Amino acid sequence: MAVSEIGKDKLLHMYRKMGEIRVFEETAADLFMKGRLPGFLHSSVGQEASSVGACAALRPEDYMTSTHRGHGDIIAKGATLDRMMAELFAKETGYCKGKGGSMHIADLDLGILGATGIVGAGLPYAVGAALGFKMKGTDQVVLSFFGDGGSNTGAFHEALNLAAVWDLPVIFLCHNNQYAETTPQRVHQKIKDVAVRAQAHGIPGVTVDGMDVLAVYETTKAAVERAKKGEGPTLIESKTYRFMGHFVGDPGVGIYRTREEVEEWRKRDPIPNFRKVLIEAGVATEAELNQIDQDVAKEMEEAIRFAEASPEPELEEALQDIFVES
Amino acid sequence: MREITYREAVREALREEMRRDPSVFLLGEDIAEFGGSYKVTQGLLDEFGPERVRNTPISEAAIVGAALGAALVGMRPVAEIMYVDFMAIAMDQIVNQMAKIRYMFGGKAKAPAVIRTQGGTGRSSAAQHAQSLEAWFVHVPGLKVVQPSTPYDAKGLMKASIRDDNPVIFLEHKLLYAEKGLVPEEEYVIPLGKADIKRPGKDVTVVATSRMVLKALNAAKDLEQEGIDVEIIDPRTLTPLDEDTILESVKKTGKLVVVHEAVRRCGIGAEIAATVAEKAFDYLDAPVKRVTALDTPMPFNPKLEAFVTPDEDKIKRAIRELVG
Repeated sequence: MAVSEIGKDKLLHMYRKMGEIRVFEETAADLFMKGRLPGFLHSSVGQEASSVGACAALRPEDYMTSTHRGHGDIIAKGATLDRMMAELFAKETGYCKGKGGSMHIADLDLGILGATGIVGAGLPYAVGAALGFKMKGTDQVVLSFFGDGGSNTGAFHEALNLAAVWDLPVIFLCHNNQYAETTPQRVHQKIKDVAVRAQAHGIPGVTVDGMDVLAVYETTKAAVERAKKGEGPTLIESKTYRFMGHFVGDPGVGIYRTREEVEEWRKRDPIPNFRKVLIEAGVATEAELNQIDQDVAKEMEEAIRFAEASPEPELEEALQDIFVES
Repeated sequence: MREITYREAVREALREEMRRDPSVFLLGEDIAEFGGSYKVTQGLLDEFGPERVRNTPISEAAIVGAALGAALVGMRPVAEIMYVDFMAIAMDQIVNQMAKIRYMFGGKAKAPAVIRTQGGTGRSSAAQHAQSLEAWFVHVPGLKVVQPSTPYDAKGLMKASIRDDNPVIFLEHKLLYAEKGLVPEEEYVIPLGKADIKRPGKDVTVVATSRMVLKALNAAKDLEQEGIDVEIIDPRTLTPLDEDTILESVKKTGKLVVVHEAVRRCGIGAEIAATVAEKAFDYLDAPVKRVTALDTPMPFNPKLEAFVTPDEDKIKRAIRELVG
């Protein structure tokens, strides 16, 4: 898709979102290593084009689900850095009032049906949300992110099959980041392309370069159109790479992959590449993009201040939200 | 008042709620043309059509996931899992997703889904088709757990479960489906969390669940001849549990027998006994007794099945030991 068809506002929005994700993930990792965040974190640095390209093809009223490595997907769908960071700080002002944490951020008003910490588990209920939209007669679609690791679960196959037989408006988007936690794809599955699994369920399967935000956007947009027309689900495999380890603190090189491999993928870093595309196509100047980078950096600083200044939840909060009180 | 079966009572509740609220729909294995493996949904396809009475693949995780997701966007699904034993296949969607989504998301989501299933022994269904697994679900904060013993309760509790804004595990019993009972034609709803005193008495409190309520009633009738006056309480919902009704009864009788068809270890009986020990210890005249299945997988052989399952004689023996 030519950049001219997409429009400057959207392109710069995509650039900004990718920057937000990168800065958020790097900042969170830094804070975590300094011992300032409880729990543990999974960084999605490297996968920004995959998250942003996919979510840019969704409308605000469309929904998505994400994974334990979900910060990027969630920011791409519209979550703001301040409430994201407040949740990582376990503060009352976080998206989940400090009760969900890094792996469970959700905001139904933004169409974020939540991240789940169980690999593959988001797909079945994403299918359910798509069923709900279909039965209600809206044209909303649901996009479910998962990884190459998640594609080996039973939940993945059950979800694809059910969505296929009911022609549900759902897009299954696999961030194939080459690793199921620390196990490389060649060890955990015989296939090279996760997209071929679509054939088993009678739906289209497409593999796309997940380091190219426009390619992911274009592919997802086509799947969204198909879903809106009632033609059913699509499996998209976005080939990408996790620059950091499985969790923050995992060096990511030395034990299960080589520094050379990481360096090779880093040459395809989606953010400088997209920056180059925007400048060469005359969409934006260096100065404009630098300004966006500065704005994002400032937003991040403010987000940390917001999170730090926010109160922790009251202890009584632990007993709230277990049930809807009638 | 007319009499209908437990099966018909559940079906009536489903039909009435589907008529009342277009967001209510059914999904499950073989529930449409075939009417469900225990025929609970028979005839509903004809009235409501395939959009609202949905046959699914044999994919329990996807069935629960589909119900959860639809509930999250405003529908009120009622999913049928053919046997409670098969809930094991869907446990992640039930335990890690459905039960916790509201809490994890800081109270922003609600999941008004009902998962109906049936369990219990008595048909030589063996180890994978005859369990009573209610305690699994009671152990998970975020789930309501309903276990009706009569047609009247089944109907009223199903209607309340469908209208509840929380996930509800609704546990029927395969040998109760053909049992008849009085059910009014008029609309009624039984609130979740309210026990029912199935038989008032003064000598001993028996808390029984599901089919064991019927067994306990039979036992009480026999014991009446021996001059023992048994009070029988059916909690009806295990979460929330109506502790007050149980405690009041124990304060009156001073003796407690808990009867359930599930195995003993960590069964609901342990929870009830512990609650009474914590909150009414001074009123107890004797140790609490539990009449439960033995801690074995359910055997296929009918004699062995009867041997490990609680019945009237075992209930009577336990009561006599306390009262005698």
